[in-house]
Amino acid sequence: MNATSIPLHRSSARIGLSLFGLFVLLVLWSLGIHVLGKSMPLAGALSPSDTFHSLYDLLARNELTRHTLTSLKRVMVSLLAALALGVPIGVAVGSSRALDSSTSGAFQFLRMISPLSWMPIAVMIFGIGDAPIYFLLTITAVWPIILNTSAGVRQLNPRWLLLARSLSATRGEILWRIVVPGTLGHVLTGVRVAIGMIWILLIPCEMLGVSSGLGYFILDTRDRLAYSELMAAIVLIGALGFLLDALAQRLHRHWVPAGTD
Amino acid sequence: MSKPTPMLHPAVLEASHIALSYGHAGRATNVVLRDFSLQLKAGEVVAVLGPSGVGKSSLLRVLAGLQTPDNGGVRVHGESLKGPHPRVGLVFQDPCLLPWLTLEENVGFGLDFRHQPVLDAKTRRERVRDAIAEVDLQHALGHYPSELSGGMAQRVALARCLARQPEILLLDEPFSALDEITRGDMQTLLQQITARHKTAAVLVTHDIDEALVLADRIALLGGQPGGLIGEWRIEQPHPRDAVAAELTRVRVEIVQALRDARRAGSPPAELQRAVA
Repeated sequence: MNATSIPLHRSSARIGLSLFGLFVLLVLWSLGIHVLGKSMPLAGALSPSDTFHSLYDLLARNELTRHTLTSLKRVMVSLLAALALGVPIGVAVGSSRALDSSTSGAFQFLRMISPLSWMPIAVMIFGIGDAPIYFLLTITAVWPIILNTSAGVRQLNPRWLLLARSLSATRGEILWRIVVPGTLGHVLTGVRVAIGMIWILLIPCEMLGVSSGLGYFILDTRDRLAYSELMAAIVLIGALGFLLDALAQRLHRHWVPAGTD
Repeated sequence: MSKPTPMLHPAVLEASHIALSYGHAGRATNVVLRDFSLQLKAGEVVAVLGPSGVGKSSLLRVLAGLQTPDNGGVRVHGESLKGPHPRVGLVFQDPCLLPWLTLEENVGFGLDFRHQPVLDAKTRRERVRDAIAEVDLQHALGHYPSELSGGMAQRVALARCLARQPEILLLDEPFSALDEITRGDMQTLLQQITARHKTAAVLVTHDIDEALVLADRIALLGGQPGGLIGEWRIEQPHPRDAVAAELTRVRVEIVQALRDARRAGSPPAELQRAVA
């Protein structure tokens, strides 16, 4: 009885504290608008009440669906591309000490360059449209996936590999039955970090000559002087980011039993 | 006593003149094992006993086809061993369970590998269930390794080996990490299993009592580099009591042989003892 009631009590306390934190954020937001309103009459449009009213209107009129779906599609396509590139590279780097040593300097160098710096070059190469966005988001997401996958391969218990060898496993069987499941936890941690980074970078990328997506919608509201809608889009971006992260966390818990990491 | 002919007592596993060393480029080679030979007959349990660092685990890896010796070779049913053999099962010092698989999946792990004998899904499932029943873990089929105690995990490792219906079991100090009571239970279980299936086994251990309780024959490794410094045949019926007078006498001889080897710095002339 106690064993179940204690975690329940703890989780409800955690949710309570989390809601309290959101409430404090809302109060600070209102206070900020109140202070700003004295010197800037337009600030009223950025208030929580106007924002949530606009958000409700936009959702009710279905105006955000297309932009949201476009943005989510860009996230997913880029994430899949980053996985397709990053996992094999990570497995190779994690398996070979020589490859690890020869690539670590280059990877750390490339990783530290803000992906937005590539923007002019991406437009030059890919033109305007979805392609440069996919490129920028993919190179954003690929580093945490490569680094986490290679760390996952390096931490594989050598006894698991010995066990597989003792059962006459082929190279393919070792890869699919030991390496892939044994590194899944690390890959999903990489995915979680990558989703966060993609989501942050998506908005500025969508301000880049495209006609849909939440980033585009923000520029559009600015041009229409629809500031409460702009704030509504910001709130929606925060909420979607929060949900995406929660989803990645849930996937990790679902697919990775305790002790695998 | 005349040497038994292979026709009368065919060896299921035969290791001849095994030598093992470790060395790195530019560094002196460290010889851990020199000229070790062993014949294992069907259904026979041989304990390879010796202090740490004498090359016991390396020897077992050689017998499992996982390591190539510097000299000598291993034959299974007269055929030279080129790699892991499907009828040879290996149990490690730690259970080595895969944390993302349930108990049942761990036991069945590898049964469908390409180089294993082909089994249909029904047979595979039966083999797994039978092996789990042998180690008495039917109640925990869906448990993950993180939910198992040390003793349960080692029983799963044993079941994983049994599901292969091995003719030869190679055990690398499989119970050394367990508490005394669990270790005793596991030794009894292993003895019953090897007797029931007439499985031959090589048990590597540094625990003299374990060797005395389980083995039909004890091969003692010692010296630097390691080599065979004594061999004893134990013909006491099971279940055995490690403090029984005859076993105590062998125990004293083993300890004395180890002391002599340490004092001499190299192995003395091979000892041959038979305890009726």
